[in-house]
Amino acid sequence: MGQDKPVVEGKALPLDDIIVEIRNMTFTRGSRKIFDDISLKIPRGKVTAIMGPSGTGKTTLLKLIGGQLHPDSGEILLDGQNIPKLNRKDLFIVRERMGMLFQSGALFTDMNVFDNVAFPIRVHTELPEVMIRDIVLMKLQAVGLRGAVSLMPSELSGGMARRVALARAISLDPDIVMYDEPFTGQDPIAMGVLVNLIKRLNQALGHTSIIVSHDIQETLSIADYIYVLSDGKIIAEGTPGMLKQQDSEQVRQFVDGLPDGPVPFHYPAPDLLDELMAGGVFK
Amino acid sequence: MILDKIQRLGHRTLSKCAAFGRSGQILFQSIVARPAPMMMLPLLIKQIYFIGVLSLVIIVVSGAFIGMVLGLQGYTILVDYGSEQAVGQMVALSLLRELAPVVTALLFAGRAGSALTAEIGLMKATEQLASLEMIGVDPYRRIIAPRLYAGFICMPLLSMIFAVVGIWGAALVAVDWLGIYSGAYWANMQQAVDFREDVVNGLIKAVVFGFIVTWIAVYQGYDCVPTSEGISQATTRTVVYASLAVLGFDFVLTALMFGDL
Ligand SMILES: Nc1ncnc2c1ncn2[C@@H]1O[C@H](COP(=O)(O)OP(=O)(O)O)[C@@H](O)[C@H]1O
Ligand SMILES: [Mg+2]
Repeated sequence: MGQDKPVVEGKALPLDDIIVEIRNMTFTRGSRKIFDDISLKIPRGKVTAIMGPSGTGKTTLLKLIGGQLHPDSGEILLDGQNIPKLNRKDLFIVRERMGMLFQSGALFTDMNVFDNVAFPIRVHTELPEVMIRDIVLMKLQAVGLRGAVSLMPSELSGGMARRVALARAISLDPDIVMYDEPFTGQDPIAMGVLVNLIKRLNQALGHTSIIVSHDIQETLSIADYIYVLSDGKIIAEGTPGMLKQQDSEQVRQFVDGLPDGPVPFHYPAPDLLDELMAGGVFK
Repeated sequence: MILDKIQRLGHRTLSKCAAFGRSGQILFQSIVARPAPMMMLPLLIKQIYFIGVLSLVIIVVSGAFIGMVLGLQGYTILVDYGSEQAVGQMVALSLLRELAPVVTALLFAGRAGSALTAEIGLMKATEQLASLEMIGVDPYRRIIAPRLYAGFICMPLLSMIFAVVGIWGAALVAVDWLGIYSGAYWANMQQAVDFREDVVNGLIKAVVFGFIVTWIAVYQGYDCVPTSEGISQATTRTVVYASLAVLGFDFVLTALMFGDL
């Protein structure tokens, strides 16, 4: 990692070519503030990682960028277009530029692997079937599952399903690919392949990649820029080198993967001892 | 205490109103706002197969047995008055006006409605609906609309099949086994049944019930809490609400059609 100078938190971006910008966005669920007035920028053509303990709202953030959820206030700009303000039709047009890999894979269970990967191509293009076949086989080859082309989703393991979903997410060569926990549940070999694949796709096709993850080592190894979320705020940001250099306790805890520290591992709750001593039955 | 209760009542009323609004929105978004008939045709055919064709067995079997029971009961009651020839008329009228649409709708809610809810709910829970949206495909158009149309189309057809099989089952019992003169059975029926009054009214009922059952089923699936528990509750609600709604609307429609109101 090149940048060895200690950097002031949140003041340096690798590029000023921004594809997604979030400005002063607040989002609440029930009475819980998932995001409290956060702002962040995602550089074009780079791999940006959003990290944080589970339950901080990483998936929620991706859904906000994809326009599936609406913020209470603030703007989410994709090349200057404010996503929450788009009407349904424009939103669907914008989404053609996005590919999203869902945490669970979300393959269509009534189609086999081939049709799943071919689905976005058939919906958005008029390509002849021969060409679709070639594209699908190439995408499946990239994720190492060309042999699984005629299996149904129910016949795949969780890790395989996620890789097929990845092939589907990139089948139309979108401008932005959002990966929700791509490494979870992958065996070490598939993990290495995936890390390389994401990196390679990013370089070869010029995608902007947004990776949401809590796998610190893998993410540090491919991300160009990282945001660390906790408690509805961005507690740190920077290149992997910058983050490793930081001596803020919160960031150290996260980068070194310690359970105790300023970043809460627990869902907000009253003090354990108080609750135990209070007695009574659980209501 | 009292305030608490009033508050809860108000909250429940509001959430019921909101639910009604959401169900209306689903209906509007999927079939009124942006119809796309050409794209939908293959999907529609597939749904008609799942919703209609696969319901045929239960509809035919129930229709046959209900017809046979009607024939038998009608005969034993009417034979005391020496008017057992009227069995045909009794069976045809009760089937066409009431039993075919109502029983078909109840079976339809149990067989197809619950399946629709569970399927859509599971699609929601496994993020398939969300991923359709991200691919840029409107789930209302692709998932909801073909299922709604298939329900609207299949219910009247199933109801007609139910009535035909029922009349045939009654004939089997009354004519072939109990020995009513077949000319009398069919002639009485022909004379008593009015096309506009009985057949069309029965069909109108079937159309209305098909609409209600499918709408409730689709809404419950789309609006369910996306967990296994949420889906099972939604499925139960579909069957309960749809059955109650069918019976309630049956009374209203009967009063309007035959009650001289
Ligand atoms: N459908 C929902 N309704 C209410 N709260 C939700 C829902 N989905 C997620 N949440 C809450 O939002 C928070 C963030 O969820 P999520 O974005 O899935 O976290 P992450 O992906 O970082 O693990 C969680 O604390 C969760 O309790
Ligand atoms: Mg998540």
